[in-house]
Amino acid sequence: MSNLLLFPIIIPLLFATVLMLFPKKVYLQRLLSVIAVVLTFISGLFLLAKVSADGVQAVTLGSWPAPFGISMVSDMFSVLLVLSSTLVTLFILFYSIPTIGIRRERSFYYPAVLFLMVGVNGAFTTGDIFNLFVFVEVLLMASYALIVHGGEKSQMRESIKYVLVNIISSALFVVAVAYLYSVTGTLNMADLAVKIPEIEAVGILTVIAILFLVVFGFKAAIFPLYFWLPGSYFAPPGAVLALFGALLTKVGIYAIMRTYTLFFTMNIGFTHEVLAIIAILTVLAGCVGALAYFDVKKIIIYNIIIAVGVVLFGISQMNVAGTEGAIFYLIHDMLIKAALFLLVGILTIIYGTSDLRKMGGLMKSYPVLGWVFLVTAFGLAGIPPLSGFPGKLLIVQGGFEGTHFWGSIIILATSLLVLLSVMRIFIYAFWGEPKKILPVDKARYYAMFVPTVILVALTIVLGVGAELFMPFIEDAGEVLLNPSLYYDAVLKE
Amino acid sequence: MRTNDVMLQTATKVVTFIILMFAVHIFFAGHYTPGGGFIGGLLTTTAIVLLMLAFDIPTVKKVLPINYVVLTAVGLLFAIATASASIIFDVPFFTHAYDYYDLPLFGETSLHSALLFDIGVYLVVVGVTMTIIQTIGEDE
Repeated sequence: MSNLLLFPIIIPLLFATVLMLFPKKVYLQRLLSVIAVVLTFISGLFLLAKVSADGVQAVTLGSWPAPFGISMVSDMFSVLLVLSSTLVTLFILFYSIPTIGIRRERSFYYPAVLFLMVGVNGAFTTGDIFNLFVFVEVLLMASYALIVHGGEKSQMRESIKYVLVNIISSALFVVAVAYLYSVTGTLNMADLAVKIPEIEAVGILTVIAILFLVVFGFKAAIFPLYFWLPGSYFAPPGAVLALFGALLTKVGIYAIMRTYTLFFTMNIGFTHEVLAIIAILTVLAGCVGALAYFDVKKIIIYNIIIAVGVVLFGISQMNVAGTEGAIFYLIHDMLIKAALFLLVGILTIIYGTSDLRKMGGLMKSYPVLGWVFLVTAFGLAGIPPLSGFPGKLLIVQGGFEGTHFWGSIIILATSLLVLLSVMRIFIYAFWGEPKKILPVDKARYYAMFVPTVILVALTIVLGVGAELFMPFIEDAGEVLLNPSLYYDAVLKE
Repeated sequence: MRTNDVMLQTATKVVTFIILMFAVHIFFAGHYTPGGGFIGGLLTTTAIVLLMLAFDIPTVKKVLPINYVVLTAVGLLFAIATASASIIFDVPFFTHAYDYYDLPLFGETSLHSALLFDIGVYLVVVGVTMTIIQTIGEDE
């Protein structure tokens, strides 16, 4: 089965198309979309087994020889990301069934989610820089549809900003690809990795590398380019917000990690220095936002930005510890951000508002929710047995081994601020005087709560069983640090 | 305030068919000359839009009772099915096949599975553009 690595893209694409045929049959829509994501996950597991047994999998579409056709490449890093994004989508689907509302479900909600998944899985799997652009557009188009879906006033306003920023960054992406193509004459990432070290004009390549950092920085929300994110992510309903928070910026991070380890390695002293400084500034900017707001959604949204900075700092070190830490932290962050957004979504449904000052004393009526939130908050901050710890530990170690020990110190210090920002939610919402809460139907509450708890349990498994996952992470890091493993698999003599 | 559209409507009845024929020609010529599914689909849409301009949307809907969202989905299914057929033969995704056939009337003709993919593109382009035009046109 040479096409196995395409199944995580084809299955959701096929199901999304079929679901477009009967938008009004809500039960069938729910059933088929869950089946699609489960099948995608199973195919991802098969792919994981294949990649860990036989190494990097590559297929060039249309039976063309490698640099001429579009290559799709699945190394351990991309398989892990495909698996975790599929898993997150599955739980968010379960969560959307009781929360998203029948009106949205009847107008192409599930096809949009599946198309988003096509874009995300495609962007993680592609081995062609222009194909990466196309898949990023696929996921952006789906996200435009989801951000405006329902047509409330705030959604309309924020979607204009979101679309505008992303169109500009996509145009920049095309320009950057055009520059790269005119310098190297190829678009295949493996071929780029071979050709770029042979080019002596390092100056122009450095300019292109920084241009790509700007492009993917818009998508990933790094320091000066994150301004669009807090407003845009605030507008859509909880399930969509969780989907965006868990997946969209991660595609930008993945693209930076891939390009900066695979082919933009000709001038590490400059490009990776810039990346490290920007990553630290991103962490600081995110911390300021996370502490400044009294709104549960805003606090978690700014925590996305902090995590972006932490992961990028890890990858900028270009050593084993930093890279493995970045990979582990990226996977942890996908799961934990989805879990946090789902928990915060339940809070806003119980209180009918996301304003922290109108919350209080929930520990009496919803004790289990309180303890689950506390565990998730500890996981986010990186308290030892939980999933945030191993990744951050490796990233900090990478910083001390590299030249940026001050970055590691800042990341350690800001972990406390992260903990403070989420503990504020816990203290205000669960302790103190009970405030007015809306009555929530028991069945509906459990329909929201059960997928969330399972997701939290998975993050605990990821943290406690870190030893089990480390061989996979090491495999993934090895391919990132040795590009020859990647291009040998694609170009095959 | 349309009072008398006889000239426009009569001309439209003739011109629509010419445009449709041209669209089909452009669509089939795409493999060897400029053209293909995308521009063929757009030309088909212009023919339907011309009908909508000369008559009105309810009339055109009665003449062409097509759900354009379903048409888009069917086009996508065509494209996915053509590309996925390669999975059955265990060759890389998107591998196309072609052969020469003796068709009655046409003589020896080369048929290429890329044509099926192009039918998908054609249907999606018609479906999407018509959905856009119809939803904006019907919006009060």
